[in-house]
Parts: sequence; structure tokens; C-alpha cells
Amino acid sequence: MIAIELAYWQEAILKLLLGFAIVLPPAGITVYLYLFKMVSFMQSRLGPMEAGPYGSLQLVAEIGKWAQKEDIFPTKADRFVYAAAPFVVLISTFLLVLVVPFGPDLAIIGGENGVDTGIFFALAVSSISVIGILMAGWASASKYSLLGGLRAAGQLIAYELPLVLAVVGVVIQAGTLSMQGIVSAQYEGEIFGFGGFGNPYFLTQFVGFMIFLISVQAELAQAPFDMPVAESELVTGYMTEYSGMRFLLFFIGEFATANVFAFIAATLFLGGWAVPPFLVDMIPGLEIDSWAFNLIGPAVMIVKMLLLTFVVYWVRFTFPRFREDQLQRFAWKVLIPISLVNIAVTGLLKVVF
Amino acid sequence: MSEFLREYLLVLLFGLLAIGVVGAFLGLASLLRPDRPTAGKVTNYESGVDPVGDGWSQSQIRYYIFALLFVMFDVEAVFIFPWATRLEEYGYFGLVEMVIFIFILALGLAYAWRKGVLRWSS
Repeated sequence: MIAIELAYWQEAILKLLLGFAIVLPPAGITVYLYLFKMVSFMQSRLGPMEAGPYGSLQLVAEIGKWAQKEDIFPTKADRFVYAAAPFVVLISTFLLVLVVPFGPDLAIIGGENGVDTGIFFALAVSSISVIGILMAGWASASKYSLLGGLRAAGQLIAYELPLVLAVVGVVIQAGTLSMQGIVSAQYEGEIFGFGGFGNPYFLTQFVGFMIFLISVQAELAQAPFDMPVAESELVTGYMTEYSGMRFLLFFIGEFATANVFAFIAATLFLGGWAVPPFLVDMIPGLEIDSWAFNLIGPAVMIVKMLLLTFVVYWVRFTFPRFREDQLQRFAWKVLIPISLVNIAVTGLLKVVF
Repeated sequence: MSEFLREYLLVLLFGLLAIGVVGAFLGLASLLRPDRPTAGKVTNYESGVDPVGDGWSQSQIRYYIFALLFVMFDVEAVFIFPWATRLEEYGYFGLVEMVIFIFILALGLAYAWRKGVLRWSS
């Protein structure tokens, strides 16, 4: 470990840069890779090809396009709330990323003597985006927006519960709320006495992992849970009245949040920034808490994040949309009872073994 | 200031970072975009026809009762988390206690289910 003593403000600036770097650029990567290219492949077309090699600069061109669009405030809109809504949505995204560790020393908060309620904090701030979406839907004073905002609120609170309850299984197994603690619990874990792979919780918490992924899909309002923005029914739901850069900010918020949720899922279920122990053992002199993992960790996290977001967009472009009542029924009558049983069974197994 | 409070200060700083990023995007756009509002442009969008009535029109929210259920289960989750971190120390005693707790809450869900609250009804 390299011991560099930094003043608090220097450390804070570095952490803000790190937060910026793990929210916005990966959002661009996933949008290009999955939303442009993978979807084009699935639909037997090329997708963007003109801007840059293989259309890789398409996103830059898009931002240029959005920046030139006129900013429209509808006459009846509540101007202050209308303008504040994108801020609230993005604040939620940036606060979510705070707790995700990217290496043994690369945790923004949740250090040794710091805030150790990591995953609980993440679950708490993830619900702030509901407020932003409701604000956008209400302040637009448009029927489409209002319906979209109300649908979003109903959907997000319904799927918040399975999300939270699925995490409880992981917390029971790891015995800690701290994200670093969950990573090291998975690294040091064993499955029936075999520790070569550690114990990534997507194996032992498979039910919880599935519930978590489904709930994340619904929390992000991606198809098949995209009723709040159902384009054939509600134009674009709560974003209908927004134009230009404000619309783009909602868009960025959506995809950045998808990435951050993938980071969180990777930490909870796929072992976080650590690699399986047998790989660490193959390289002599490498320990899981050695400084090298501050460089390897982020790369491992990005790979795991890309895997999980791939699943999100794969599902998004494969399944047809739910109906509103089916969505609520699925959350309350299927996911929540299953996750309650999951908690009881996980607790029983934890106490018995 | 303790490290604990310093970390919460970072939470505040990240909130400000988000506001700064959004502000920077909007500021950049305000330098580039035109601003020529006309009466037709700033009317609320209703598929191209003139809007009918008020934007905040009455609509039936069928699932408002879910919000009450949500509060019930969210409070339950807050109780479960501290228990989950300490389950190993509590052993069977803690397990039985929590299963009873979850069972009582599940009874509430079952009651709502039986009463037809979870059904889409007109």
C-alpha cells in the first residue's frame, strides 16, 4: 500500500472526480454498446455508422443536437418545480454511487471508521428519484405527464419492496451492511468447504438475485416495465413536455442509474471488485488487499457491470410490455411473498449451518 | 470533525456535484439554443389538438391503497436490517422471533389480498 497523506479537501476533490468518472462515461459506453449497437444487431440493422468509426461518436453528435434545441416551458407549468425535477433525478443517481467500493481503498464513503450502513444508504437514496419523477409529471400540467408520473410512482414504490427484501438475504449471509464487508465476505466464503471461487452470492442467493434483477428492471422503468414512459400510450409519460437539454438529462439519469444499479448488484451478488480466490493464488505475491487491486478492481467492476447491464437491455428488447394491473399484481402477489419466504429460509440456513 | 461526519459531508458534496453537472449541461445549452417562444409552442402537448380542460385534470388513481401497504412493509424492512446483521449471535431465538414478526406482517398482506385491495377494480 502506498501511504500518501492527503488533506480532506484534496481527498474530497479526488473522490468527486472518481464519482464523476464512474457515473457519466460508463453511461455513454453502455448507451453506445447496447442501446445503439446491440439493439441494431438484434433488429438486423447496422445502427449509427456515420459519426466516427462504427458510429462511436454518435453520442457526441446527439449531445450537440440536444444542446441546440429550444427550451420550452409550457404556459401552465409550475415553472420552479418543472425546472427542479431533472436536478432531483440526477442527485439520486450521484448519491447512489457513493457507497460502491471499487477497490480495497477506492471506496468513496464507507472507510474503516466511516459510514458502515452502505447498502442501506443506497436503498434509501434510490427512492429520491421517485420524487423527481413525480415532480416532473405534476409540474408539467399535461395529462400525459400526470398519468406517467402517477404510474411511475405506483410502480417504483411497488418494486422498491422486493428490491429491499432481496437485499436482506445478502445481509443475513454476509452479516454486515457495509459494501466492503459484503465484498470480503464473498471473497472469504466457501461453498461446502470449497473456497476456490469464494462464495459469490448469486449462487447461494439465487432467488434473491433474480428478484433483485427484476426489481431493478422495474425501478429503472425499462421494458417490460416501461408503463411510465409507454410511448404508444402516453407519448413519453412524465417527460412529455420536456425538450432539449432537460429531456437529455432525464435520459442520462435513466442510463446512469442503470449502470449504478448494475454496480450495486455486482457488489452484492457477483463478488464486487474482487476476483475469485484461485485466480489471486495463481499470481505469487498478490494478496486481495494489496495495492494492485486498486487498479484491477475498477476494471473487474466495469466488466461485471457490463455483464449485468447487458442482461437489462437484453430483457428490455425481448419482452413485451406488462399491463398496469399485471405489474402491480406481479409485485404484490408474487415477488413480495417469495422474498419474504427467501428471508425466512436464508435465516434458517444461516442459523443451522 | 470526526471521520463519520466527514463522510456525511461528502454526501452533501456529491449532491452539489450533481447540481453542478446538471447546471453545467443546462448552462452550455443556454449558450447554444434559440429562444423564440410562440403561443403554439408553449401550449401543453395533447397529440396536436388544443388541450381540453385543465392540465391537472381529475383522474382515478386505482392503486393509492398500495402506498399504505408500502409504508407498512418499508417499516418492516427497516426492522429486519439490524436483525439480519446480528443473526449469528441471536441464533434460533432471533430466528423464531423474526419468523413470527414476518408472519404477522404476511397476515396483513393476506388480509389485503383477501379483501380484494390488490385487485384492479373499478
